[in-house]
Amino acid sequence: MTSTAPLQDTSTSLHGDTPVVAGGHGDFRLFGLATFLVADGMTFAGFFAAYLTFRAVNPLPEGGNYELELLLPTINTVVLIISSFTFHRAGKECRGGNLGASRLWLAITAALGAAFLAGQMVEYFSLPFSLTDNLFASTFYALTGFHGLHVTLGVICITIVALQTRAGGRISASDHFGLEAAELYWHFVDGIWVVLYGILYLL
Amino acid sequence: MTLANPSDFNGSLQPQGWLKYFSFSLDHKVIGLQYLVCGFIFYLIGGALAGVIRTELASPISDFVSRETYNEVLTLHGTVMIFLWIVPVVNGAFGNYLIPFYVGARDMAFPRLNAVAFWLIPPAGILLISSYFIAGAAAQSGWTAYPPLSLTTPAAGQVVWILSVLLLGGSSIFGGINFIATVLKLRRPGLKLMQLPMYCWAMLGTSILVVLSTPVLAGTLILLSFDIIAHTGFFNPALGGNVVVYQHLFWFYSHPAVYIMVLPAFGLVSEILPVHARKPLFGYTTMVYSIMAIVFLGLIVWAHHMFTSGTPPWMRLFFTIATSFIAVPTGIKFFNWLATLWGGKIALNSAMLFSCAFIVNFVFGGITGVALAQVPFDIHVHDTYFVVGHFHYIVYGGTVFVIFGSLYHWYPKFTGRMLNEDLGRLHFLLTFIGFNLCFAPQHWLGLNGMPRRVAEYDPAFTTLNQISSVGALLMAISTLPLLINVVLTAINGKVAGDNPWNALTPEWLTSSPPPVENWLGEAPLVTEPYGYGQKQEVTP
Ligand code: HEM
Ligand SMILES: [Cu+2]
Repeated sequence: MTSTAPLQDTSTSLHGDTPVVAGGHGDFRLFGLATFLVADGMTFAGFFAAYLTFRAVNPLPEGGNYELELLLPTINTVVLIISSFTFHRAGKECRGGNLGASRLWLAITAALGAAFLAGQMVEYFSLPFSLTDNLFASTFYALTGFHGLHVTLGVICITIVALQTRAGGRISASDHFGLEAAELYWHFVDGIWVVLYGILYLL
Repeated sequence: MTLANPSDFNGSLQPQGWLKYFSFSLDHKVIGLQYLVCGFIFYLIGGALAGVIRTELASPISDFVSRETYNEVLTLHGTVMIFLWIVPVVNGAFGNYLIPFYVGARDMAFPRLNAVAFWLIPPAGILLISSYFIAGAAAQSGWTAYPPLSLTTPAAGQVVWILSVLLLGGSSIFGGINFIATVLKLRRPGLKLMQLPMYCWAMLGTSILVVLSTPVLAGTLILLSFDIIAHTGFFNPALGGNVVVYQHLFWFYSHPAVYIMVLPAFGLVSEILPVHARKPLFGYTTMVYSIMAIVFLGLIVWAHHMFTSGTPPWMRLFFTIATSFIAVPTGIKFFNWLATLWGGKIALNSAMLFSCAFIVNFVFGGITGVALAQVPFDIHVHDTYFVVGHFHYIVYGGTVFVIFGSLYHWYPKFTGRMLNEDLGRLHFLLTFIGFNLCFAPQHWLGLNGMPRRVAEYDPAFTTLNQISSVGALLMAISTLPLLINVVLTAINGKVAGDNPWNALTPEWLTSSPPPVENWLGEAPLVTEPYGYGQKQEVTP
């Protein structure tokens, strides 16, 4: 039956005067972000499935079997993986209270992300095929382009977070949701790239 | 989506009274009603479009609208009904209104995200419908937008269609994230998962489907728009592309979409039946497991829409078996509802009439569904009116009936006033008769070979089509008692009191309509939402 036992803090007090972050429930914004990333990952999964089916059932046109250049994308892969570690380092410094060091690592991470994008641009311009040449070409650009969009967004977020670590900014040793969110997102984008690299370049 | 300092948006800055329904409110109850009213407006629009379709089909020769217009109307009708009426209302409206009450919270987990999710809908809907005027032509390839048809019909309307569906998909995903976080993370301390009202479970299952499948549709439509705008050839056979891949990706969303429409309806019915039968919900645990089983099976059966698309035999076999299996958890739910009613003190009011009719309609739609899952039968009736009859028994006889039932059940909570029962019963009667007149004959039409999506047909099909059109007319008329009811009641309806049904779920343990933060004091801890018919039961 129904009981109304009094409880301490059950409210998320969203409409009161005191802004309470997530009441007595702990912070679940990262949980929300993770759920969103699952959704985002499903978009990639759909693209991957389409690409693999195309490869399996649609033979490439005569003379259209392009061997992708491996060197640049491999360097790019290494760059992204390193950037995951530098971001991790930035988070550690932030939680330890060294906002300056954190900012430096964030800057390095953003630079690595930008380097990745530059590498992708170079690759695009050196490829012998363009978007509408054939099915393989279209899927190649759609997949890498969609991922590149994610990296671009990530670099922007990292830059913003880095700016927020300055004195009086929104990020501190005790309150660093923005940084953790960006970090989760960045690891996700890196992970997707590793899968993408495997499917697109190695398979 | 941050929770910090939401008071900016509330209190003095927020318009009061009815004006608050036109603002960017963060209150889950306001957002829920915004979804409801907005969805209902689109229902009227979609219904008018259905009226055009049925008028055209009242005679075998195309004379009411041109064939192009017919295709546009058909496309808009399907899209509006699914993406702007059913999905937003059965998830967004009732979910937003009820879930915070059910988990004992003051609001959803992410109120701002919630408001954004709602406010994506009106622009998307206006965009969709205005494509008829601004782009010179609306999309013509049906709500499935199958290529190569969608690549060869006028491009502008199709692109606008894609854009609005993407916006609506985004809205749906934001909503889904919010429901998952609210049910899993925002429960009042002391409230266990297995003590939640069934609608919470239904929304949890639905939201899992939304989060896993909607993004795939979004990706697919992005590729389709590349094909249209940039002349890539993903789905264009003329350029070496593959249309069957589109179908796989499309149905990976759109089959689960059926459950995105109908699982919440299951949940709502599970709330309504126990209250008006004064009995506990039968088989709570099996109900929960069957929801999760439906979620899992719903995700792996999409290719039953593609039996005629050249799928290999092993695929047909797999998808036939997997699809037929869905009858098991669904059957469990069906018998649990019957057992809930069995021997109950049933009050046959409007809410209950609609809910019981739902059970009947849904069983019928479910049986034709199992039939369709069998390959030889499906090949016979594929793309005929049998399919149209089947899915309207599911989406209309299932979900729309539940939406109406829920309206009668929760209107007193929304407004503090009761809807008039006589008008409600009239509404029910017209809807029930109209619905069956409209959609039952379509099964025969299909079995006899009338194809769907046609503006002209063999005169041999005239009589059944005319019966169907009369049914549609009755359904159109049936909205009148509902509209009159809502307007009259708003002016001088009977005052409801806090808990007119003597219900036990938490939303009834506060005033009607509820205060801004849902309860004036502590949130009640309701661990037995279905404890009816036990010792100290009070009859209404
Ligand atoms: C108000 C009563 C309704 C009537 C009279 C009606 C009538 C029709 C008719 C005659 C068609 C054409 C079928 C064809 O030629 O393929 C159709 C299609 C469709 N209807 Fe309804 N309908 C109604 C309500 C709904 C509702 C509530 C939904 C909600 C999901 C809905 C969803 C659809 C869909 C998805 C299609 C398929 C469109 C397409 O094939 O592209 N309808 N309807
Ligand atoms: Cu299906």
